[in-house]
Amino acid sequence: MPAPSPVVELRDVSKVYPPTVKGGAEVVAIDGVSLTVDAGDVYGIIGYSGAGKSTLVRLINALERSTSGEILVNGQDIARLPERELRPVRLGIGMIFQQFNLLGSRTVAANVGYPLEVARQPKDTRRARVAEMLDFVGLSDKARAYPDQLSGGQKQRVGIARALATQPGILLADEATSALDPETTHEVLDLLGRVNKEFGVTIVVITHEMDVIQTLATKVAVMDQGRVIERGDVFDVFSNPQQPASARFVSTVVKGLPSAGELAVLRHRHPGRIVTLAFRDSSVDQARVFGEFAAAGVTFEVVYGGINEIQGRSFGHLTLALTSAGGDSSIDAVLDRVRTLTTVTEVR
Amino acid sequence: MDSLIALMPEFWKAAGETLYIVGFTLFFGGLGGLLVGLGLYLTRAGSILANKPVFVVLNLFVNIVRPIPFIIFLAAAQPLARMVVGTGIGNNAIIFTISLAASFAMGRIVEQNLLTVTPGVIEAARSVGAGPLRIIFTVLLPEALGPLILGYTFIFVALVDMSAVAGYVGGGGLGNFALLYGYRQFNPVVTWAAVLLIIVLVQLVQFLGNWLARRAFRR
Repeated sequence: MPAPSPVVELRDVSKVYPPTVKGGAEVVAIDGVSLTVDAGDVYGIIGYSGAGKSTLVRLINALERSTSGEILVNGQDIARLPERELRPVRLGIGMIFQQFNLLGSRTVAANVGYPLEVARQPKDTRRARVAEMLDFVGLSDKARAYPDQLSGGQKQRVGIARALATQPGILLADEATSALDPETTHEVLDLLGRVNKEFGVTIVVITHEMDVIQTLATKVAVMDQGRVIERGDVFDVFSNPQQPASARFVSTVVKGLPSAGELAVLRHRHPGRIVTLAFRDSSVDQARVFGEFAAAGVTFEVVYGGINEIQGRSFGHLTLALTSAGGDSSIDAVLDRVRTLTTVTEVR
Repeated sequence: MDSLIALMPEFWKAAGETLYIVGFTLFFGGLGGLLVGLGLYLTRAGSILANKPVFVVLNLFVNIVRPIPFIIFLAAAQPLARMVVGTGIGNNAIIFTISLAASFAMGRIVEQNLLTVTPGVIEAARSVGAGPLRIIFTVLLPEALGPLILGYTFIFVALVDMSAVAGYVGGGGLGNFALLYGYRQFNPVVTWAAVLLIIVLVQLVQFLGNWLARRAFRR
């Protein structure tokens, strides 16, 4: 298998805004971020609002200019490229937005055709391509409608058709489903999945919703205060988050980890020791783990838990309340042995 | 009443002159307002041609010119009119002066109309590689068309208002007619006739403006 080729590569990129008031502090929106997006990736960038993800995604098509660092798009450093020379770069990068940003004065068809006008494509080519794209997003019957006659989900599908009109290799999705209801969200995510699979478009999706990452992304980067604090395959980050912020995001969608409130209730109900065990794929033999407890005479009760499936692989967490006639020392001894088999987190 | 009937030829001539003055000032002042408004909008912080010095100067200029009462502005700008149109009196001189004043008034209105366009739409256009000129003509102006039409309708009334003092510099029009034949000759019927025609004119234009704007909004 050939090595994956990066289509977007950020090297130590920073974006600093000057102080808003004289003598104020400058704002570091992006703080030395390096990130590689390979061809065919669906790369999710997640973070709370203000973490810098909106700025980061806009650096890729130079809607925002970086203060330092290199930004390679298909091998070309665009960080210092003058505005006029950005047009061919931007034609190769589609973008969709949270608020859709359709031109209200133009019909659906004219919105989809807009990038082709900018690219100075002849009229016949434009018309054919618009028809093709509207067919792809399932809105051929709305070609002559105006955006304010469409539902949110339909508007975003027009947005996707417009973003892909010039056949870009990269699609940037800026909170593309955050303004949509859950059902419509999944329609749009399915469509984006098809964009990736059928057209081979590399997608960078930024979101604060973990289920978007769970459904769509293959890789994920977690952002906090302008920095990427964790990155990796979605499965790895979901099943074993390393940073507290990542863990908080994961806990919003991953069933199996008790929330702080639920934990308080559990502690109240079970005066003994409580531990959470992580199970990933088939790499952990549950039978062996439970066998260790039995052999040591430690009784356990499953008080919380769940097994999740991400990208066809499963993982989960089980929270156990432990009691032993042998006291804490025998529990410590068995936990040491279990730690060699899987991740153990003592919650009390 | 008899005197009004006798004045009918002058009345229609005056009405024609008002339309002449308002028509030309709507064109020149409207164009000037569009340029000033675009200038203000495009150079403000965060906009596509952000340029602080240009914005500050333009903004200051608009703020200086706009509050001057028009009759004073007319007198103050007379030397300038003489320089540009060759004369400081008559209809053409006043067309110049009204257009100048209207450019700044309309500039502010155009700026505010353009600010109703969501920045995201402009960002979307930039993201597909559109340059500033293309953004102005394919995004900004079409997206703000509804409010712009209403803005121009609004300024039309201001132009009729300003044209009424044309008589002071030897121009004509309904304002001059009302002063000359109505007010100074103690003949209120003549004044009211001019008022009535102006009301009808303004109503017609407002109706037309609303209709066009509705079409632009509804699309």
